[in-house]
Amino acid sequence: MHELSVTESILDIVCRHASEAGAQRVIRIHLVIGDLASIVDDSVQFYFDFMSEETCARGAELVFARISTRLECRACGHAWEPTSGDWACPNCAAMAARVVAGHEFYVDSIEVE
Amino acid sequence: MSIRHIPVVERIFGANEGVAVEVRALCRQHQVALVNIMASPGAGKTTFLLATAHRLADRLRIGVIEGDVASTVDSDRVRAEGFPAVQINTGGGCHLDALQVRGALDQLDLDALDLILVENVGNLVCPVGFDLGENLRIALSSVPEGWDKPHKYPSIFQRVDAIVLNKIDLLPYLSFDEPEFRRLVAGLNPEAPVIPVSSTDGTGMDEWIAWLGEQLPR
Repeated sequence: MHELSVTESILDIVCRHASEAGAQRVIRIHLVIGDLASIVDDSVQFYFDFMSEETCARGAELVFARISTRLECRACGHAWEPTSGDWACPNCAAMAARVVAGHEFYVDSIEVE
Repeated sequence: MSIRHIPVVERIFGANEGVAVEVRALCRQHQVALVNIMASPGAGKTTFLLATAHRLADRLRIGVIEGDVASTVDSDRVRAEGFPAVQINTGGGCHLDALQVRGALDQLDLDALDLILVENVGNLVCPVGFDLGENLRIALSSVPEGWDKPHKYPSIFQRVDAIVLNKIDLLPYLSFDEPEFRRLVAGLNPEAPVIPVSSTDGTGMDEWIAWLGEQLPR
């Protein structure tokens, strides 16, 4: 897993935006992470707690908005959330799923003072 | 002091994606194609890569970038078989990123190459999240790993241009449910072909080379 490099990227993004906004301190960081992004929340928080020590984001809380994988069948239009890697359409059995959601992986917003 | 809410909406891998754009531009400028080969450890990436390189060597000038946590075992082997190779040691990192690939490209004579095969770090989870600036992404899955890998690791099968099923010479000895494997892959990635091969006895390699040839920029 690459939560270490992920955490570094999050810190870079957060500190840049906080500094542009003239903020003293970052209180909360809102992240949006799709299930297909293969990221473990607890690991990111773990790395974040000590990597942020010397930064304006020290002690900030990470808030994870998890987005479930959502598929749409290109054959019949049925939409569903898969529970495994079997992506056959539960309505028409077609193998024609399109990913509607699940790849999200971004810093949505920060709360600062 | 009051708390302010600042919208950011910035992709966490944005920095990597920026470098991948540079890699893509550099490769286009030198007219060299990049193929990113991803698989678990032991799927046969290096053997497959070399079997591919030897079959193309009469028409294309081929270079190799080897990604591993440690050692130069793979790049030594590739060089011994006559292809220029650069080893990237990630030092514990679980995937290659675009910055490492850009650094490796600096060590290759790009004007003397048509195709660079990139062997990613053995891992079914992480590499797929990182754009390297490649033209093609290939997932290599092997028969001994089992037919159920697409169930457990959907992302890698979902975000590649083709799935090569390696070590099919072992099918008689293992209970690998090939139709079910194909069904799962087709569900995850309807556009990508599944190409069964044996890198060691050569079965299916002609089909793979033909497919690859069609995809490469002319």
